[in-house]
Amino acid sequence: MRFPQDLKYTRDHEWAQVTGQLVKIGITDHAQSALGDIVYVGLPKVGATLKKGDAFGVVESIKAVSDLYAPVSGTVKEINAVLNDDPARVNRNAHGEWMIVVETTEPAPSDLMDAASYESFVATLK
Amino acid sequence: MLKRTALFEEHQKLGGRLIDFGGWELPVQYSGVMDEHLACRSGAGLFDVSHMGEVTVEGPGAEAFLNYLVTNNVSKMAVGQAQYTVMCRENGGIVDDLIIYRRTLDTYLVVVNASNTEKDFSWMQEVAAKFRQGKPEFKLSNESAHYSQIAIQGRTAEKILQTLTQVPLSSIRYYTFAEGALCGDIPAIIARTGYTGEDGFEVYVAWEKGPAVWQALLEAGKPHGLKPCGLGARDTLRLEMKYPLYGHELSDETHPLEAGLGWVTKLDKPDFVGKAALLAAKEKGLTRSLVGFKMLERGIPRQGYSVYSGEGAQALGTVTSGTQSPSLSQAVGVAYVPPSHSAVGTRITIDIRGAKIPAEVVPTPFYKRPY
Repeated sequence: MRFPQDLKYTRDHEWAQVTGQLVKIGITDHAQSALGDIVYVGLPKVGATLKKGDAFGVVESIKAVSDLYAPVSGTVKEINAVLNDDPARVNRNAHGEWMIVVETTEPAPSDLMDAASYESFVATLK
Repeated sequence: MLKRTALFEEHQKLGGRLIDFGGWELPVQYSGVMDEHLACRSGAGLFDVSHMGEVTVEGPGAEAFLNYLVTNNVSKMAVGQAQYTVMCRENGGIVDDLIIYRRTLDTYLVVVNASNTEKDFSWMQEVAAKFRQGKPEFKLSNESAHYSQIAIQGRTAEKILQTLTQVPLSSIRYYTFAEGALCGDIPAIIARTGYTGEDGFEVYVAWEKGPAVWQALLEAGKPHGLKPCGLGARDTLRLEMKYPLYGHELSDETHPLEAGLGWVTKLDKPDFVGKAALLAAKEKGLTRSLVGFKMLERGIPRQGYSVYSGEGAQALGTVTSGTQSPSLSQAVGVAYVPPSHSAVGTRITIDIRGAKIPAEVVPTPFYKRPY
């Protein structure tokens, strides 16, 4: 299981890479492993407004549907459309395959976990 | 406390991801649903299905009782034959679907769904109590805890299983079985039945013999592409065949004619539980039937999603099962719709999280094995 140092994490197993007001969002290696074979990724449209904590999309494995939750509020600037055709890329490289980029107007989120905290959090789930 | 099969430690050793499945702690997957599914389609898959319930019905009155209990014609079975059937309530609602194995003229093994075992056994006893008066004797015993059941399915299944037994497997035809030994001296029922759409076998041995047979099969299967398969692959494999699953396509609220099980419902045989209701339903005409469909745009149908007409105006029914088919790389599903929308080629839409996504009724099974 990988826990890259440069990312922040949520308890819903999203990762966020914060660069100024732009936040790149994906799901963690732990999430893809728990989900199993990912066969569908449903993302919002560019320009959509997201509120922190709201479901903004879904990932589906063969067996189940899981919501994606926004770690910050803001506007969707970009989506990783390549996942529409090849969702299994998330299984192969969860931290490389981002899902959306959000432009936030808020200060840098302070409630997200760092890699070490997220790793401990995942360990409690076993 | 979850129930465990005799193979629990085998699943742990293999790194199976264990889940609560109707009160049983069973592996949903080992290497991954996709990988296991495709292994079963190209080589073979090994499944622990020991959670299934087994009821023995025996005695001079067993045949007449079973023929009254279930919809199919039990009297047509020779010793060594297996039969798929359902049992209904008086109103035609399905109590469960099951397989009956005729072991002797007066001895039957009835295999039922794990999560229904207790309900089924009570129902069988209730029907038996009313049926008994003045009839030849028979008795029912719930022997679920005495059997390990292992399924080996796939085009190399016969080759693998043959290395464990002297019984000439090629002489066991589809839906027949033989009683013989596995691994030298383990008594077994060896049936050419299954739930995947592949050629293959289901074997029944004493509970405590499960691990020895499982290990021997895994070892023998190594050169033949055999992989252990969990409940996830079992579900996608059966769905590609449109085989019904209790709790999805079948329930106390559905009857066999609308579920596409008219072929196991012998309305011309003497009285059986539910016959009057089913005859009446047939006479009135079916209000819905089970169809297979494929998605025409991106989206995966799931149980409980609503089905609408092609232009989206008319509510038609509900999806009972759906997934991304690993063999076809296509999202497919099964749903109850009115007869007006059940013809192959009919355009329908599926409500997926508020968006009505186009789909089309297609012929089933979705998957046809190439051998």
